Amino acid sequence: MAEITLTGVEKRYGALRVVHGIDLTIAQGEFVVLVGPSGCGKSTTLRMIAGLEDISGGQVRIGGRVVNDLPPRKRNISMVFQNYALYPHMNVRDNLGFGLKIAGQTPDMIAKRVDEAAQILGLADLLDRTPAELSGGQRQRVAMGRAIVRHPDAFLFDEPLSNLDAKLRGQMRAEIKKLHQQVKTTVVYVTHDQVEAMTLADRIVVMRDGQIEQVGTPMQVFNHPANIFVATFIGSPPMNLLPGTISGGAVRLADGSAVPVPPRLTGRAAEGQAVTLGIRADDISPVGHGLSQDGPGAELDLSVVLAEPLGMESLIYTRVAGQEVQAKLYGPRLVNPGDRLTFRLALDRAHLFDAASGRSLEAI
Amino acid sequence: MKRVRGMVLWVATFLLMVVMCVPGLWVILSAFRPNREILAKPPVWVPETLTLDNFGKIFGWGAEQIAIPVGSYFLNSMVIALTSTVIALGIGMAGGYAFARFRFRGKNSVFLGLMLLRTVPGIALSLPVFMLWSRLGIIDTKLGLIIVYVSLNVPFTIWLIDGFFRQIPLSLSEAAQVDGCTRWQAFWKIEFPLAKSGIASAGVFAFLTSWNEFALASQLTRSTDSKTLPVGLLDFTAQFTIDWAGMCAMAVIIIVPALILTFLVQKHLIAGLTFGGVKG
Ligand SMILES: Nc1ncnc2c1ncn2[C@@H]1O[C@H](COP(=O)(O)OP(=O)(O)O)[C@@H](O)[C@H]1O
Ligand SMILES: [Mg+2]
Repeated sequence: MAEITLTGVEKRYGALRVVHGIDLTIAQGEFVVLVGPSGCGKSTTLRMIAGLEDISGGQVRIGGRVVNDLPPRKRNISMVFQNYALYPHMNVRDNLGFGLKIAGQTPDMIAKRVDEAAQILGLADLLDRTPAELSGGQRQRVAMGRAIVRHPDAFLFDEPLSNLDAKLRGQMRAEIKKLHQQVKTTVVYVTHDQVEAMTLADRIVVMRDGQIEQVGTPMQVFNHPANIFVATFIGSPPMNLLPGTISGGAVRLADGSAVPVPPRLTGRAAEGQAVTLGIRADDISPVGHGLSQDGPGAELDLSVVLAEPLGMESLIYTRVAGQEVQAKLYGPRLVNPGDRLTFRLALDRAHLFDAASGRSLEAI
Repeated sequence: MKRVRGMVLWVATFLLMVVMCVPGLWVILSAFRPNREILAKPPVWVPETLTLDNFGKIFGWGAEQIAIPVGSYFLNSMVIALTSTVIALGIGMAGGYAFARFRFRGKNSVFLGLMLLRTVPGIALSLPVFMLWSRLGIIDTKLGLIIVYVSLNVPFTIWLIDGFFRQIPLSLSEAAQVDGCTRWQAFWKIEFPLAKSGIASAGVFAFLTSWNEFALASQLTRSTDSKTLPVGLLDFTAQFTIDWAGMCAMAVIIIVPALILTFLVQKHLIAGLTFGGVKG
């Protein structure tokens, strides 16, 4: 177990910079998830921590030790790859014990550790099979087993669940979480799936174009997105965005209607400033069918464009100030396109961003 | 309908095999028949007498003897074929790995160049090689032939082995390095065992090329110091006669080790040919 510190870490391929100076401290035992759209440099960052990629600039420290020039084997980390990377010519037992054998451990020691890992991951009956004889979920478990037998300082995961079907992914997600609670080793986990990030992380690092957009607990990132990118990337469906200007403590939308937002949001905004009002679908609901009915709100009469019933809730597409907006209706109730309903916007849960920079105007 | 198709395919395959195998079988059969029966007119299709005399003649335990140092030829062939194969495999592994794994300037041109080398017919090289080798004083030495065979085989071994390394995901070597291996250990413990069938096939092809090669060997060798078995076949031709029976017996001596080798690595060879074949 160890703390991992990145200071100004950069990656360049020739003139192309794919990671632009990342600063991040991962506490001992913490589960940190790097999340962001494909190609944003998550894997590259993780591979620089692992030593599989040269570090073009800055410093990586594991447990206080600068590891920039150390090969992977001297960093005492283990890694789970997207394609599992199990050794096809070895059975599960040898796959699990490979690292210990290389390290020169005694056969007794190896057997003990392999059994221990097999116990934790429920692999005891599969030890004599080869990877080709395993299902996707079992391979995934072996890959995790191989990571834990060595008792490393940190686990690195690179999109470990993306090759599994949806059901198995949910199961394995829970297993990874349980595993972490059991072994309490530092974890750096890469994914492009915000649901995985939200469910697994102690802290989420949202990345875009080789830069960190926001670092925070899942709740911080969800409730207080630092900018429009984070606001729309985290949460499903993506947050609704309505352009407007500040006018007398309210946001005046494109059609001239004024939405009175809490002073907490406008505190840092100037009169006449171009802004973007952000509000999640969960916070726009027909009256009587929302999550919260108290607190500041605004009521609007809107007509339904499309309704997608999901059982206990429905996703409703409607228009506000000429802009398509998604809303949620809680409770089983049938609505049809063309219905005119009164929607309540839970404005205490709204977000306000500077239109030019995209940054949140919320005073924290 | 399906059955008919199957039958047709089977018959076609059989006919093709017959066409391919008959000359070989004829040679093997002739090795065990007296010369007069081979040369009989009209031809004797089914052997009337089978004999080991032809081999006796060559090995020197028959009544009739011809002075052919088959032992030296065999030894030369073995030394030359094995040495050149081992070297070609070594270079093929290093080169194949480099082409499959590393990025470097001019990689594609170098690779294309190597492949183009294969298009030059060996015989076109014989004169320049002869002149060069005589300057260097390595005519009629095993070394001279070994160099020739290594250079003939290297493009092929690199190409084949490159295809095999390409199919091994990079993450396996990376996982091994994270697991505590040096790059060198990761190669020998993970990538090499997985490419083994490819390397074995490359080895068989290289060995057979060297073992069977005649055109260049006949130019570059003179004496028992370096003459190989295929060149030794010429010893059976005199000015006006050809000892077909002896020649066939000698041919069998050449074929047998090649067959044994092929059988030994047959499993790898099949895996190798199909596995390597789909690399695109
Ligand atoms: N060897 C390379 N040469 C040039 N660019 C690369 C190389 N490897 C990755 N990249 C680029 O670096 C960026 C980040 O890649 P990566 O870290 O794999 O993204 P992610 O894991 O977030 O999807 C991508 O735009 C990718 O095209
Ligand atoms: Mg990636």
